[in-house]
Amino acid sequence: MPGALPLGDPAPTDGLLPPQAAIGSSERRFGLYVHIPFCAVRCGYCDFNTYTATELGGGASQDQYASTARGEIALAQTVLARSGVQPRTLDTVFFGGGTPTLLDTDDLTSVLAAAIDTWGLTPGAEVTTEANPDSVTPESLMALAAAGFTRVSFGMQSVQPHVLKVLDRTHSPERVPQAVQWARDAGLAVSLDLIYGTPGESLGDWESSLDAALGYAPDHVSAYALIIEDGTKLAAQIRRGEVPEVDDDDHAEKYLLAEEKLQAAGMQWYEVSNWATSTTQRCRHNLAYWRGDDWWGVGPGAHSHVGGVRWWNVKHPSAYASRLAAGLSPAAGRETLDENTRTVEDVMLRTRLVEGIAVNRLSPSARKVIPQLIADELVDGGSAIRGTLVLTLRGRLLADAVVRKLLPED
Amino acid sequence: MGECRFGGWRANATPMPLPANSEEMPVSPMARTAPVPAATDPAIIRNFCIIAHIDHGKSTLADRMLQFTGVVENRDMKAQYLDRMDIERERGITIKSQAVRMPWELDGTAYALNMIDTPGHVDFTYEVSRSLAACEGAVLLVDAAQGIEAQTLANLYLAMENDLTIIPVLNKIDLPGAQPEKYAEELANLIGGSPEDVLLVSGKTGVGVEALLDKIVADLPPPVGDANAPARAMIFDSVYDTYRGVVTYVRVVDGSLNPRERIQMMSTKASHELLEIGVSSPEPTITKGLGVGEVGYLITGVKDVRLSKVGDTVTNLAKPAAASLSGYADPKPMVFSGLYPIDGTDYPVLRDALDKLKLNDAALTYEPETSAALGFGFRVGFLGLLHLEIIRERLEREFNLDLISTAPNVVYDVTLEDGTVITVTNPSEYPTGKVSEVREPMVSATVLAPSEFVGAIMELCQTRRGQLGGMDYLSEERVELRYRLPLAEIVFDFFDLLKSKTRGYASLDWKADGEQAADLVKVDILLQGEQVDAFSAITHRDKAYNYGVMMTGKLRELIPRQQFEVPIQAAIGSRIIARENIRAIRKDVLAKCYGGDITRKRKLLEKQKEGKKRMKMVGRVEVPQEAFVAALSSDDSKAKAKK
Repeated sequence: MPGALPLGDPAPTDGLLPPQAAIGSSERRFGLYVHIPFCAVRCGYCDFNTYTATELGGGASQDQYASTARGEIALAQTVLARSGVQPRTLDTVFFGGGTPTLLDTDDLTSVLAAAIDTWGLTPGAEVTTEANPDSVTPESLMALAAAGFTRVSFGMQSVQPHVLKVLDRTHSPERVPQAVQWARDAGLAVSLDLIYGTPGESLGDWESSLDAALGYAPDHVSAYALIIEDGTKLAAQIRRGEVPEVDDDDHAEKYLLAEEKLQAAGMQWYEVSNWATSTTQRCRHNLAYWRGDDWWGVGPGAHSHVGGVRWWNVKHPSAYASRLAAGLSPAAGRETLDENTRTVEDVMLRTRLVEGIAVNRLSPSARKVIPQLIADELVDGGSAIRGTLVLTLRGRLLADAVVRKLLPED
Repeated sequence: MGECRFGGWRANATPMPLPANSEEMPVSPMARTAPVPAATDPAIIRNFCIIAHIDHGKSTLADRMLQFTGVVENRDMKAQYLDRMDIERERGITIKSQAVRMPWELDGTAYALNMIDTPGHVDFTYEVSRSLAACEGAVLLVDAAQGIEAQTLANLYLAMENDLTIIPVLNKIDLPGAQPEKYAEELANLIGGSPEDVLLVSGKTGVGVEALLDKIVADLPPPVGDANAPARAMIFDSVYDTYRGVVTYVRVVDGSLNPRERIQMMSTKASHELLEIGVSSPEPTITKGLGVGEVGYLITGVKDVRLSKVGDTVTNLAKPAAASLSGYADPKPMVFSGLYPIDGTDYPVLRDALDKLKLNDAALTYEPETSAALGFGFRVGFLGLLHLEIIRERLEREFNLDLISTAPNVVYDVTLEDGTVITVTNPSEYPTGKVSEVREPMVSATVLAPSEFVGAIMELCQTRRGQLGGMDYLSEERVELRYRLPLAEIVFDFFDLLKSKTRGYASLDWKADGEQAADLVKVDILLQGEQVDAFSAITHRDKAYNYGVMMTGKLRELIPRQQFEVPIQAAIGSRIIARENIRAIRKDVLAKCYGGDITRKRKLLEKQKEGKKRMKMVGRVEVPQEAFVAALSSDDSKAKAKK
């Protein structure tokens, strides 16, 4: 069962945005996120909004999904225009899931084509899809590249079969280097997703996964500590004592190892869980989230943000499809951020970045804690003196604590 | 129960409430004319109380008497009519006593029965003794399924010391587990007489209640006093009423009290005008006065129960008595605890709340106190643990306060080497200099339990530094053990342990019994080198290590990991006796924060930040309020109070 949507204000059925959304829109970048809510198997740790083929039918089925998603793109164009938001070309597009590559390649490319027809691409735009190493072929990757995709992010997670098993991942580790090679052959940039801290994973297991990943020479690596989300199968297994609990100290140890190995391989962190071989290989779509840019999220449960208005779609694919079929906005709820909340988000998101957060964006009360953060070696003293707070390695491990201290007092 | 009498009861269903100034008392089925207050011959007055253990059915029996005598109608009957406060009703215990006047007729004569309700718990021994002093007789009420308990035994001793006539009664004879023969034998052994003299009643069904009322009239002696002497009335209770001010309950011994005259409190010499005088039946009913042997209430307009103290003698200012009645004593707090609002801004609310409760509780004492860890609060003195729990609960419930109460402690007299004596009611006042002697309060305790548990009880009392004073078998299976124990050893979890070691069968009673010199030390708890006054304790030297290990271990579990290592130490002076470490937290970051995570994550962080505000800072260590509450938890004593 996927995690719950936030509580917010009800969204109007026509999807129209409050006036705030339009203000300054021409100054902001614009991106598109497309959620593909399908997986071959539901992984034990996953709380994303995703379904296996057998769970869905009718208008929500996999083969009709592309057309439904294209419907939302059409709606998005109308809503933005009627809300007074300036039309902009797409700076980034990201297909996530779920497993986007479970859809027929033609379906994926048709959704991208619709987006390009609607808004156009900014020259040099980044277009990413997530992919399972199992669900790609040399041909499919070639076709994606030809349609405009520039980047693929593979869910590698681990090189150890026993770890993959706990995670319910079905791919065989040998498949990863093959898929990476095919992507390279198709001219796509490659990112690898890794998960550490899975129950039963030793430090040696994690080291072998890092070594393997680096051996495939990716342009980008995301390394996530496993989070046990309520309501997942893994959470239940831990509760029943079938699987050992995850341990924060173990996570810390593995994070430090990741930093050490990735840095030694020439990759630099640019967000708490993300590393890239160069600034150009950083995921611009994700950076847009963290910098507060605008994006439209297509798909059930997808979140959008335009000018301080956040909203999210109804969660279930059937409900989503029927809303669109009836000509209604699929938005379920939304919130309009006030000045204080925007500052909170700014602090929360930018503090995690290597580019840091400017001291002058902080509230006066937050600035008072800076000397202590420097003394505690949580932020870099030199950068702070030059006007930007940047986390130290220790600070990255305690980033939430730092953020809490920097939040404005209300 | 005879059919005709029950029928008569229904026939007599006169409308309530009665006119407040009526002198016509409600008439019971058996009393065609009720004796009129202020003009009642002492010979037809019977003053009695009911001695019973909690849960043995005193309130239910009292309710039944109110119904049978016709002073409360069926449809007005709230269960446990006399126990007015919510807490009392919930816990099934009586905190404040009241007196009810009921008419009852026997052999053609109408009598006035005054039922004086007594608190049943050991914390209120003094109040019990004053209530008993207002009576000529006592109904000893015992659960026919459980037998007599230690607290009842203690109150029975008090009653017999006061030369009260005892009417033994077994209650709840309708219960399947009732063993009336067995317990009648036990009662007869205790008070003399034969098992056949023990009345069998059921407060629930009403069986035997009329016979009991008859027996009260027949067996109890009437009050004796000099109607022409200067007035002397003993205060046995004093209650603050929001609308009326202090309502003082008195038993007139000599002379009479009359409306509009000036009365004098003999201990303080303070005088007041008698604005109202009356009896409870059970609603207040104004009378023309109170004569010898009568029981009723006085209203003078004073607002503080301290001006109308339990045990004091009321006399007439114009014609004062030469000597006051004996037995007056100022209430003396035995147990102290610091009360702190969890939200520091609630301090004024707490102060006002205590000021209000004080109006109704002469035994409540407090003074402001500051704790480095807990901020501003009060050191509050209580008669005992139950008293503490009741006050705390009333503060939380009636004044909507969230409180931390520090571990309860007793009062120590500490003599320094230069001869100075310091009274320590708070561990933080314990002197740092050379101490030549520490004296601690003692209690004599009585434990009643099935004999199979004697070993377990002795072991427990021994570990609590108790000295066995004696042991008696009440019957083959029931034994009474008498111990002298330091009060400090029983204020925390003694009763719970006693209950658990005896599968709930043991009962406990104790009373203050002087003091003794003991080898006591103060154990401090340090967080990252900073002393946390709230956790300091005065303990016997042999137990200091145990306390240190227990408290440091508890805190290690309760205090969340910080960004740095936090040592927790227990120390006597500068000597460390126990140590634990809270390891530094190494990771506090959620790995993922993408577009769809932002709203949820922001709400989580804001919630966490809100949570931090409820942290108390000890140096740089953030200690959650919950840790203070749990470490100082009086959960144990709460459980005790409910027994």
